[in-house]
Amino acid sequence: MEPRTTSALLYLNGVTVSFDGFRALDNLSLAIEPGEMRAIIGPNGAGKTTKMDVVTGKTRPDGGEVYFDGTFDLTSLDETEIAELGVGRKFQKPTVFDSHSVENNLRLALKGDRRARKALSWRESEDERQRIDRLLETTQLGAVRDTIAGGLAHGQKQWLEIGMLLAQDPKLLLVDEPVAGMTDAETRQTVELLKEINRDRTLVVVEHDMAFVRELDVKVTVLHEGSVIAEGSIDQVSANERVIEVYLGR
Amino acid sequence: MTGSPLIRALDRVSIPFLGLLAAIAIVVPVLNLAMSPLSAWYVPTYLVSLFGKYFCYALLALAIDLIWGYCGILSLGHGAFFALGGYAMGMYLMRQIGTRGVYADPILPDFMVFLNWPALPVYWYGFQHFAYAALMVVLVPGLLAFVFGWFAFRSRVTGVYLSIITQALTFALMLGFFRNNFGFGGNNGLTDFKDILGFNVQSDATRAALFAASVVALGIGFYLCRVIVRSKFGKVLIAIRDAEARTRFLGYRVESYKLLVFTVSACMAGIAGALYVPQVGIINPSEFAPANSIEAVIWVAVGGRGTLVGAVIGAILVNYAKTTFTSGALAPYWLFMLGGLFVAVTLLLPRGIVGGAQDPGIAQPRPAE
Ligand SMILES: Nc1ncnc2c1ncn2[C@@H]1O[C@H](COP(=O)(O)OP(=O)(O)OP(=O)(O)O)[C@@H](O)[C@H]1O
Ligand SMILES: [Mg+2]
Repeated sequence: MEPRTTSALLYLNGVTVSFDGFRALDNLSLAIEPGEMRAIIGPNGAGKTTKMDVVTGKTRPDGGEVYFDGTFDLTSLDETEIAELGVGRKFQKPTVFDSHSVENNLRLALKGDRRARKALSWRESEDERQRIDRLLETTQLGAVRDTIAGGLAHGQKQWLEIGMLLAQDPKLLLVDEPVAGMTDAETRQTVELLKEINRDRTLVVVEHDMAFVRELDVKVTVLHEGSVIAEGSIDQVSANERVIEVYLGR
Repeated sequence: MTGSPLIRALDRVSIPFLGLLAAIAIVVPVLNLAMSPLSAWYVPTYLVSLFGKYFCYALLALAIDLIWGYCGILSLGHGAFFALGGYAMGMYLMRQIGTRGVYADPILPDFMVFLNWPALPVYWYGFQHFAYAALMVVLVPGLLAFVFGWFAFRSRVTGVYLSIITQALTFALMLGFFRNNFGFGGNNGLTDFKDILGFNVQSDATRAALFAASVVALGIGFYLCRVIVRSKFGKVLIAIRDAEARTRFLGYRVESYKLLVFTVSACMAGIAGALYVPQVGIINPSEFAPANSIEAVIWVAVGGRGTLVGAVIGAILVNYAKTTFTSGALAPYWLFMLGGLFVAVTLLLPRGIVGGAQDPGIAQPRPAE
């Protein structure tokens, strides 16, 4: 293990990703401090999801550095290893296990030994049972615990996926568009949930919905064409000329 | 999810099914051997052998359902593992012939004498021992599946690409086994078996015993599959089928899960092939034909994938229909009927006959994010 080079929990420096010559990420640099919640906004195709792909090992960058916890070079690890380090991810399109019950979705996500041989003889402990109950409570899915996840309403699926993230007990949560398709009431509840989670975990939240980002009331990073064009409070960035141009000039 | 996984597998579905198999394994041989051929209860030997063969197919179908129905791995080359198990058994049976062959060579099978081979090839050593052959029945398909899967799953070959390379695998093996210098009897394969474990393979008693062995093997295979799919391992398999990328991001090493279940499945297919060969009396390279593997997948689709019981029912029903039709005037149209059946089931009964009544149904697979 190399010596710690940064205090940031997640540190990206000069990251570049090209798809057939098209630069989805262009010299992107970003530092997320431990305990922080960061909102990332940007127009369609700005590279928000691609950034998460890079952090979670789905996409290998063409250049640049990505460090987790100051010591782990994420560009040299694969999805499984990165997940084991404590990075959890919610997909843009809600992705749960459709033919498993809500409870089994959480059960599969619950932190524990992931090895194939162990899974064959695995038996649930009392502690695990209680953790699942608590997660069901947090995500308000207790009433549908035995429902097949494929049959959930859209908002419930989003919440289940967040619950699965929590079950992993990650240090860092990457949350891609958590309120897409949610009603206003659900959106408000999600804000509360994310704030609750932020009490002991670091989050990066990608969202389009400005009202939602304002509610979160955290530092905002604006991405455009693969690089950061502004950073600061929501009021600061929405007053920024470059941001106005990018958002309104489309 | 409490209790030992071995006991948890015995539930409302498994107990009656295993009970039924146990009854069949006992009653059919008794009705064949103890009843007078004139009695209304008599089960003729040809039926015993025919159904013995179906039960071997059912075990193959079970192996396919385990990986396809639960983990979404559509192997169109499982016939290869079946055939390899069959060849391992065939080699044992060949070596039992001894001096009773046409050329009466105590060591060399007839086809080797015919080809003027001076000595037994090294890879035929040991096959005169039943225990060694039985080991090879499991080991050879298992090892091939392990090596194949190691490369395929690690490089994340999935979906239709995986299906295509499994077809290529069985096709390549077929071409190899067709060659005389491969040492497995070329296009004639292995046949003219005399006895197994000292018993005449043609006798009624041996046939009844082989039938019972096939049913018992199916029962054990079924129980093993239930243990697997009811465990957390099985839940991870379904998770991989539903959303592979999500499973990875949860920290599961997807390729290890796939590799393990694929290898177990291949071993099961090998055992099915080994029980099949003494009952049909021959194994030749046509068993590797890609069409055989596709047919086996159709049995599973018809019965209902992801149900295990459905795979067994599908294999037996489709093969019974095949026997009925191909022995009558409709014989030339069988392949059309099979194709039509497949289309009809896909459109009208997408979950097959058994249709996921007892397990979480098959959700339409979809890519992550
Ligand atoms: N695998 C890929 N191959 C080719 N181009 C890609 C790939 N993934 C993303 N892109 C392109 O990279 C750019 C950035 O995509 P990305 O999904 O990161 O945007 P985003 O900021 O998440 O947008 P949205 O708000 O629409 O989700 C887009 O132009 C997209 O078309
Ligand atoms: Mg996106």
